[in-house]
Amino acid sequence: MFEFIAFYAFAAIAIIASLLVIGQRNPMYSVILLIVSFGALAGLYVLLDAPFTAVTQIIIYAGAIMVLFLFVVMLLNVPREEAIASRLGARARRTGAVLSLVFTLEIVWALTRLSVMPVSSGGGGSIGSVARIGTALFTTHAFAFEATSLLILVAMVGAVVLARKEHH
Amino acid sequence: MISLNHYLILSGILFAIGTAGVFLRRNVITILLSIEIMLNAVNLTFVAVGRYLNTVDGQIITFFVMTVAAAEAAVGLALVIALFRHRETLSPDAFTALKW
Repeated sequence: MFEFIAFYAFAAIAIIASLLVIGQRNPMYSVILLIVSFGALAGLYVLLDAPFTAVTQIIIYAGAIMVLFLFVVMLLNVPREEAIASRLGARARRTGAVLSLVFTLEIVWALTRLSVMPVSSGGGGSIGSVARIGTALFTTHAFAFEATSLLILVAMVGAVVLARKEHH
Repeated sequence: MISLNHYLILSGILFAIGTAGVFLRRNVITILLSIEIMLNAVNLTFVAVGRYLNTVDGQIITFFVMTVAAAEAAVGLALVIALFRHRETLSPDAFTALKW
């Protein structure tokens, strides 16, 4: 029963916050609301017996990535989106809204046709144990893990090069 | 009883919200935020299916997706800063030099 209430509460928070993210004109509010949505997702990960993922969700997403977004929003100091005055503003907007609604209905329709697959609840933390994740990460997936460090290095150099001021 | 289907439908709805953001918004930063929403929807699917199959692989791939998202955010925001420096706007309609 608790799981039932918690799932629907977190799901409602995630959906409403995400809708508000794309409904805001001010990117500052969008970023803050997205942090709320990520917090709700972390709660869902706890319900799914994945505490490690929940903690990394908070630390990496809400803590690191969103702070990066906040810095850029503050740095560029463009609080508001310009009013839509472009060539095919209204029509493109309407088409986009219809397409995304169709996409939502399509996904929900496809998924409700599946037979019910129960997720066993409260399995004693066997899946969620950090030791099991660490073992798999450093043995089976060791190559991918090392490749990730290279990816981070490339991204770091790329970000510095792209955002650098050009002197000439 | 909460089943895997609940999680899959929730993640589908979140993904659709992300695509709607990419379609509807005229601000590069909000579009990047919408991409983050979509990445998170996919992460939720991975963790839920991993729980259903009783394997730890779902969480491991989520870990890698988070790393890629961090790299993507760093490079994407650096691009946003460079674009803003050139055109003084964040509207994607202003960046159409490659459009035929």
